[in-house]
Amino acid sequence: MRSAFFDTLVRLAEDDERITLVVGDLGFGVIEPFARRFPDRFLNAGVAEQNLTGIAAGMALSGKIVFTYSIANFPTLRCLEQIRNDVCYHEANVKIVAVGGGFAYGPLGMTHHATEDLAIMRALPGMIVVAPGDPVEVEGATRAIAAHAGPCYLRLGRAGEPTVHPPDLVFKLGRAIRVREGHDVTLVVTGGLLATAVAASDRLRPTGISVRVLSMHTTKPVDDAEIVAAAQETRGIVTLEEHSVIGGLGSAVAEILAESPEGKVPFKRLGLPSAFATEIGSQDYLRRAYRLSEEAVADSIEQLLRAT
Amino acid sequence: MERTLTLNEQCRDLSARIRRHVVMMTHRAQSAHVGTSLSTVELLAVLYACVLRVDPKRPAWHERDRLILSKGHGCAALYAVLAEVGFMPVSWLERFYLDGSRLAGHVTHTGVPGVEASTGALGHGLSLACGMALAARRNRQNHRVFVVLSDGECDEGATWEAALFAPHHQLDNLVAIIDYNKMQSLGSVAEVLDLEPLVAKWEAFRWAVREVDGHDVSALIQTLTNLPFVPGRPSCVVAHTVKGKGISFMEQQLLWHYRSPDAGELDRALRELDRPG
Repeated sequence: MRSAFFDTLVRLAEDDERITLVVGDLGFGVIEPFARRFPDRFLNAGVAEQNLTGIAAGMALSGKIVFTYSIANFPTLRCLEQIRNDVCYHEANVKIVAVGGGFAYGPLGMTHHATEDLAIMRALPGMIVVAPGDPVEVEGATRAIAAHAGPCYLRLGRAGEPTVHPPDLVFKLGRAIRVREGHDVTLVVTGGLLATAVAASDRLRPTGISVRVLSMHTTKPVDDAEIVAAAQETRGIVTLEEHSVIGGLGSAVAEILAESPEGKVPFKRLGLPSAFATEIGSQDYLRRAYRLSEEAVADSIEQLLRAT
Repeated sequence: MERTLTLNEQCRDLSARIRRHVVMMTHRAQSAHVGTSLSTVELLAVLYACVLRVDPKRPAWHERDRLILSKGHGCAALYAVLAEVGFMPVSWLERFYLDGSRLAGHVTHTGVPGVEASTGALGHGLSLACGMALAARRNRQNHRVFVVLSDGECDEGATWEAALFAPHHQLDNLVAIIDYNKMQSLGSVAEVLDLEPLVAKWEAFRWAVREVDGHDVSALIQTLTNLPFVPGRPSCVVAHTVKGKGISFMEQQLLWHYRSPDAGELDRALRELDRPG
């Protein structure tokens, strides 16, 4: 996902001289093409995320489209008040980009587990929140947030995520993508677990369970029409995210269902408990530990159907 | 010489009007922070009378100098000077802090012409100003960015992140003015978290620093019309000020960080301000 983001950003910057990249002394091996090509539109602000975000807001208020970039929680939580006051309140054209969503930096430990970011960014007025599911969605999301005038949060995985979509994908902020059709259960997924969701759907199909997969890359604004359609057209809804079950995709979907007359449907949130990880491990290891693997997701869907 | 005298008189006259507004605004609103507003009066008067290149008829003019009042709780003085120089009607000041008003108790830009950035959480303004100054340079624009900091917000780590940044990037279009009234929320700066040696700190961060009496309009004009102090370096003005300046019973009294003048105190304050000299 990282390289899809930077490749797209470089292409966008060729056509729009307002695009500026500000990093917090991170991004070794990926930022160099942008930095070399556009030295006067690149800035390494040092290990100082609060100042970095304030600077980004100041530059945006002076006409720039500013992408801030760092890893895990550094570009979001460390500078949350700068994002709220300086970026959001001023409707500054700043795009906050975090690499390493969820457990992408699993072995590095708790500090590097970005597992509450969607909830916190969703709560901010005026913020668009996007977690693309594969490199094709990353390209679409990067183009879409650059074109959107106002604050956005882009949560990336890291590297090596499988490609799910065809290259000619139509990507719109706030518009979910049906990756698999199905009529028994709808599996709504955001971010890097997209391929897992598709695999779980494909795994269940031969057993006679038809699972619709919705890529809900944008959790704010969430695609309420697709959620209501899922409630009407399928017999249950499961949400899947590499994030706390509090405040992220599962909460966003639950909020829509709870307020909708059509929302009385069996519902299950798959994600992380509101607890810090008690062990470290690779992303795959931690996904399995938290029952977010293809097998575990398929199992949860079967359980939901058995209970209905 | 004659021109300087005229400017001095203009600035003193504007200061007197701002001070009067501040006392009346905080009385009407029963709001806090009268003391912190009074310490910046001459600074803001000099900036708006003869330093900032701004046009009240075109608040969004691209080439304008930017001013951020980072100590957002001192907003009454900023709103007053903006009204006095024509960014908004003076009558708006009567609604300060009251139900439904656009003039909030911390500096707020929404619906208020001339306010460059909203502040109120301390330690944000210098970073915003660095971003504006860097963008100006990269855009090859000649405007300058001024930011007024409180001494209390020099406790904030973010202030020092920005203090490192500006000299590294040689932002000589950036001017930080510290309203050094030496009082903060719960006591004197020396008692709460001592900033001394403050001038040496900013010098060590490679700013070009000048000290000035923040109530001496002549000295302020002299200082603020000779910018940058050193080409290639951001300028820092440490303005020695008095919290509650101009009202004898408010000066350097911690209580007036919080208290607003009642009818009797307003009367006393206005009589002091009316006294010639």
